[in-house]
Amino acid sequence: MTRTEPNRSSKSESENSGGGGGGTTAMRVIVPLQGVVQGRGGLFLGSVIPCAFFYFLQFYLKRNRKNEPDSGEPIPNPDSDSASPDPTRSQSVGNLTELASLPRSLSRILLSPRLSGGAVSVSGRASCVIKGGDSPYHVGQKRVEEDPYDESGNPDGVIELGSAHTTKMDWVSEDPGEAISDGLCMSGIASYEPCHGLIELKTAVAGFMSEATKNSVSFDPSQLVLTSGAASAIEILSFCLADSGNAFLVPTPCSPGYDRDVKWRTGVDLIHVPCRSADNFNISMLVLDRGFYLAKKRGVKIRGVIISNPWNPTGTLLTRENLYALLDFARERNIHIISNEVFAGSVHEEGGEFVSMAEIVDTEENVDRERVHIIYDLSKDLSFPGLRTAAIYSFNESVLSASRKLTTLSPVSSPTQHLLISAISSPKFVQRFVKTNRERLMRVYTELVKGLKELGIECTRSSGGFFCWVDMRGFMSSYSEKGEIELWNKLLNIGKINVIPGSCCHCIEPGWFRLCFSNLSETDVPVAMNRIRKVCETCKS
Amino acid sequence: MGLPLMINNDDDNNNKVELSRVAVSDTHGEDSPYFAGWKAYDENPYDESHNPSGVIQMGLAENQVSFDLLESYLEKKSPEGSLWESKGSRGFRENALFQDYHGLKNFRQAMASFMEKIRGGKARFDPDRIVLTAGATAANELLTFILANPNDALLVPTPYYPGFDRDLRWRTGVRIVPIHCDSSNHFQITPEALEAAYKTARDANIRVRGVLITNPSNPLGATVQKKVLEDLLDFCVRKNIHLVSDEIYSGSVFHASEFTSVAEIVENIDDVSVKERVHIVYSLSKDLGLPGFRVGTIYSYNDNVVRTARRMSSFTLVSSQTQHMLASMLSDEEFTDKYIRINRERLRRRYETIVEGLKKEGIECLQGNAGLFCWMNLGFLLNTNTKEGELELWDVILKELKLNISPGSSCHCSEFGWFRVCFANMSEKTLKIALKRIHEFMDRRRKVLNC
Repeated sequence: MTRTEPNRSSKSESENSGGGGGGTTAMRVIVPLQGVVQGRGGLFLGSVIPCAFFYFLQFYLKRNRKNEPDSGEPIPNPDSDSASPDPTRSQSVGNLTELASLPRSLSRILLSPRLSGGAVSVSGRASCVIKGGDSPYHVGQKRVEEDPYDESGNPDGVIELGSAHTTKMDWVSEDPGEAISDGLCMSGIASYEPCHGLIELKTAVAGFMSEATKNSVSFDPSQLVLTSGAASAIEILSFCLADSGNAFLVPTPCSPGYDRDVKWRTGVDLIHVPCRSADNFNISMLVLDRGFYLAKKRGVKIRGVIISNPWNPTGTLLTRENLYALLDFARERNIHIISNEVFAGSVHEEGGEFVSMAEIVDTEENVDRERVHIIYDLSKDLSFPGLRTAAIYSFNESVLSASRKLTTLSPVSSPTQHLLISAISSPKFVQRFVKTNRERLMRVYTELVKGLKELGIECTRSSGGFFCWVDMRGFMSSYSEKGEIELWNKLLNIGKINVIPGSCCHCIEPGWFRLCFSNLSETDVPVAMNRIRKVCETCKS
Repeated sequence: MGLPLMINNDDDNNNKVELSRVAVSDTHGEDSPYFAGWKAYDENPYDESHNPSGVIQMGLAENQVSFDLLESYLEKKSPEGSLWESKGSRGFRENALFQDYHGLKNFRQAMASFMEKIRGGKARFDPDRIVLTAGATAANELLTFILANPNDALLVPTPYYPGFDRDLRWRTGVRIVPIHCDSSNHFQITPEALEAAYKTARDANIRVRGVLITNPSNPLGATVQKKVLEDLLDFCVRKNIHLVSDEIYSGSVFHASEFTSVAEIVENIDDVSVKERVHIVYSLSKDLGLPGFRVGTIYSYNDNVVRTARRMSSFTLVSSQTQHMLASMLSDEEFTDKYIRINRERLRRRYETIVEGLKKEGIECLQGNAGLFCWMNLGFLLNTNTKEGELELWDVILKELKLNISPGSSCHCSEFGWFRVCFANMSEKTLKIALKRIHEFMDRRRKVLNC
């Protein structure tokens, strides 16, 4: 760390000059030479020598840097602290690496491309993305890709219970082909269209969203901006609502995707606000407030809070009280609320009531409506993830205006829009499809919970969405993150089950796992249970 | 850079919630003349029968000349057939469920072979190096995120596509430092101009991360010479920076032999440290005239860039349905051969029509050989040889002639009086009407000057 030493010395030099003469104890501590050479001589040497050293070092390095082409850090550099998504921080660390490595000698006559100066570097943002591929989330996903379970074809394969990456949908008895007219002729879909979505599709999506709230809210299509996926929607909002270096509060456990969607390219950070099993993982306003206060004390500006409803990963539905309390919190702090309602249409609990943030602000003042932004994912409700159509719904015209422009960078393709318009404009098809979907989710969820209970495993009550938040604390070798990862490894390698460990969801208590059941058919549940039983037995022994 | 330190207590008193700098900035450039003309068109669009005196859109580089070929192809294969093949609704479901950000393998293979075909087989493309994005706009932005940090710079030769100001800078925080080119050598990039641009950046303490070119060039409508490409690569190697080549118009070169892709140059190089600084952007929007489909690709010789781009493409994915639709079309060798050949021919003829028509009025264009537009010189019509003079003329052309063309200043051209005129997004008849309006304007002007 050669760089800091000269800095410290030059700082001491300025302190000396600021402090004036006189051999005080403080200076003796600061300026080592003072102890050797007393009086003014020591003061002089103690100031000049470090300074001279500093300038000489800078000169030497500058000269050497001129002789070689700009060599950035070789990629990937395990030494550089590229784990932080803050690109400027990574850049300065990259500079350190430059200083540490010796300049390579090069021919000055660089006419032939063969004599290059070294590997060309990528940005700090890219470096942290490259590193991030080792998280359990990605490792598990990769294992499933390499060895996917199939009832007949590959019965020993890895069962995907990590994410909603479906590969089969045999339960769809509804033939979407019936609903889709062959209105897919070329003219009208090939040319440039507004990137933020055709008004017909927006109208259909608005209708869908209303359906999810059992029509207690009427969504205005002109307040919708369509984009190619929920990841893009969250990112666009992050870009619009916060500057690089700011942060959002997010109660945890939360979706593992936020680390990517919010942080990767925006420079915006996430401040996790832990919820606890003792509270059934409900959001505590007190803890949220504390998170805000602590961030402010550190000098971090909080621009908003991100919630999901139904909650990912627990499946909890937020109550009206929760939502009003959140709005009050946001109003008092003058921040935004991003309400991730991508699973709004997948409420599977009998009598479960989904309340949208839109309903809460319906009767509020404009200034409060403008702080609420909702994310919706059509692909989730229709279970057609490949079609990539998500939406931002906002009451804030400036956010809508900026988002519309930003969708040039993540638009939904025209043929897909037309396809979806045909599909979801048939109310009969939509109602039947959504009803079937919900009933199936409920059946699978019930079977799953029953099966888990027989193994002595409890989970939180999931009312909506595709996930089950499972308590496996009793099966860990040690009550720690290490114990959790060990258990996750066993589940993946012995049980051949991919689940998401709570650490990926930033859960503060180890031992909780997220199970996605939207992929499972009812016949798969016993197979999955057997696998889990096998692992549990190895844990007990 | 540390975290912002000032805690603004005013926030608590101010009720209106704030937005980010990105949200309120005008780096999206939609207020520039480039886009302003589009608005004028939107408000009063030309229509042969219903609005013959409306604004003719010549500011949008869209290719409609070969649309009929696409239509007849798709009609032959019935819509459902081409979409789901023989699997019917099961095929649809499988497709709708597919969400791997690697993209459909057969689609990537089809893209790779299409890109090879456009280059006359002079370069090979590995389907596993293709990363799909929702359009070239997204591809350019994505590459910028990957190759440069905020406040770093990319060197871009002028004049350049106005959209770059948004695509390369808006969210990335990266700067563009122009490489000034002028008409003395047909706006080709010179080594001196490269060095000058690099020096400008370094003098301002800005770290240069790469050079980004379009080849064929937008707005020049001309291919980049092989020697220039070799010099560029050499320069990038010497400075240890990246080279991005946006080849979105590669299929729109009038004569295939006149186009050299950077892929051809890299093809013969074994040194990985040279190859891995080269990245190519492509899209089907221009060559196939399918902008609405939003299909773009990044092709990189750098494994890390491919890996990162693939992950970041999560933000800008191409729907599986679109991939499926296009995979079969692009794999159909007979169709693609015919399409590429006929498309080139039609574009060449359009180009000749407009250039000849303008020549008759004493208006010269840059010698072009590609793309959907020509680079027209109206310098002699300017009242003052300034940006204001150019915009004045642009305004006259928009309001009086009702032609929307793009002024060179919005493309950051260092000389005034140049305009980009698109000719492929309209029928032949409309093009002739546009030429007629120009003729009438020049006629009036001649009369005024003579008396």
